[in-house]
Amino acid sequence: MCGIVGLYLKNNKYETRLGELFTPMLVAMTERGPDSAGFAIYGDEVADDWVKITLRHADLTYAWKVLSEGLKSSLSAEVDWFKNDRVAVFKVKAEEQSVIDYLEKYAPEALILSTGKSIEILKEVGLPTDISDSFNLPKMQGTHIIGHTRMATESAVTMAGSHPFSTGEDLCLVHNGSLSNHNRLRETLQDAGIKFETENDSEVAAGYLAHQLQMGKSLAEALDSALEDLDGFYTFTIGTKDGFAVMRDPIACKPAVIAETDDYVAMASEYQALTTLPGIEDAKVWEPEAAKLYVWERNSH
Amino acid sequence: MQRSGSQKQQNYMFGNGTVTRGLTMKTIDLAVQSVTDLNRELHAQADKLNEKDWFVENPKGQHNIAVGLDEEISVDIKGPTGYYAAGMNKKATVTIHGNAGQGVAENMMSGKVHVTGNASQCAGATAHGGLLVIDGDAGARCGISMKGIDIVVKGSIGHMSCFMGQAGNLVVCGDAGETLGDSLYEVHIYVKGSVDSLGADCIEKEMRQEHIDELQGLLDAAGVDDEPSLFKRYGSARQLYNFQVDNASAY
Repeated sequence: MCGIVGLYLKNNKYETRLGELFTPMLVAMTERGPDSAGFAIYGDEVADDWVKITLRHADLTYAWKVLSEGLKSSLSAEVDWFKNDRVAVFKVKAEEQSVIDYLEKYAPEALILSTGKSIEILKEVGLPTDISDSFNLPKMQGTHIIGHTRMATESAVTMAGSHPFSTGEDLCLVHNGSLSNHNRLRETLQDAGIKFETENDSEVAAGYLAHQLQMGKSLAEALDSALEDLDGFYTFTIGTKDGFAVMRDPIACKPAVIAETDDYVAMASEYQALTTLPGIEDAKVWEPEAAKLYVWERNSH
Repeated sequence: MQRSGSQKQQNYMFGNGTVTRGLTMKTIDLAVQSVTDLNRELHAQADKLNEKDWFVENPKGQHNIAVGLDEEISVDIKGPTGYYAAGMNKKATVTIHGNAGQGVAENMMSGKVHVTGNASQCAGATAHGGLLVIDGDAGARCGISMKGIDIVVKGSIGHMSCFMGQAGNLVVCGDAGETLGDSLYEVHIYVKGSVDSLGADCIEKEMRQEHIDELQGLLDAAGVDDEPSLFKRYGSARQLYNFQVDNASAY
């Protein structure tokens, strides 16, 4: 099972209401995925010489402030941060790698959920409605957001197995389906230096895309290769810095529906998740074709 | 052309006439009542008809709307449906005013299902009888394993449609996707537009007068004003499912 949803705003009309519009979409997919849920929201972009990192610590009372002061003094960098439940978003005026090196050394138990300029990934084990509440999703603002509700099949119900999976700077992936060649592919990717946290098949898809992108391919080229190399069935939604992309496997095993108006593009596993969107009655609604890449992005700035 | 126009008018008059026969109409709002409530009330009409015309409001893509009907009632669903709408239908006329999700009219036995928008995959799958009309496009696997239903799609259909189709007719006024009619038995397939590719053992066949007549009847029933001679016919080459002595060692 699993449910996936995405909402991309074509203009700024609904930017202050992104979380409010997206929450019922995520909650509507509870029956497809009651085990865990998560989302990647884009907005509140940092300047070019800053990096934005989302971190998660199992301890709700973890001293993020101490970590921020450590970062500030050891990197001599400006640091801005805020906490949201077990997650903290850090903005640091420094090179990404130096921040990651520091975190791996001084806060190895903090899980890095995302890195980039705009992306924030938030996810937890539990019901979508509880997770939306704990992160206060309805109040969030931004330009686009993708989410996932998980019914575990290929690996355990854990925090690390929850989606979205980061696939690189400002990139992430949510997956509905099941890959059959993920064990072999994981070994190949590990040999190429890609690190994996879990036995999860979707994490392999994320790692695969990350590897393809590292080799210099564009997102479209990487997904084209994925059609050849990934065996199984899948609907992917991929969040990018400026929008999102949707792709289904070559026989379109897993459901997907897309709705588009002048103001937004929304995707979901089922139409039920789209019924609360403004103007949905008059939206263009269709089913994406098999093995075809659909991309919506605002003009890069 | 005139013929199909008058046919539509006739159906419309018949529909109006039933209301004046003294049977009342009933509206169910799915924002208030559950799909289970709706289906229970519709099933209660079997063999003791007292409400001929039903209207369903706020379907909002919910699954299993108006499944398993077994009476000559008419059900108008005012909006998009989720999975399996009008599945297993018998005798009833169901109209979906909007798009339909996966498996619309799946395993229909008789009656009529009309989708005014697009349908998702597996429309009319495994259905034994009745008529399914889709005004827009149908997704993949339209009429998969169909066993006697007539399906008329005014738009195009997706890949793997009519896979292992056994009996009935599939009419497509637009185009057909890849591997149409793979492993086909005896369904008659009529396509006006292009076909991306034919599946194993599916071939183009000659359009004889009997097929023109059959297609005209189907187009009339669906209220489509199209010229039968513009369609191509596809059917089984009968090489795959017939016993061949050369293959005896494989059994």
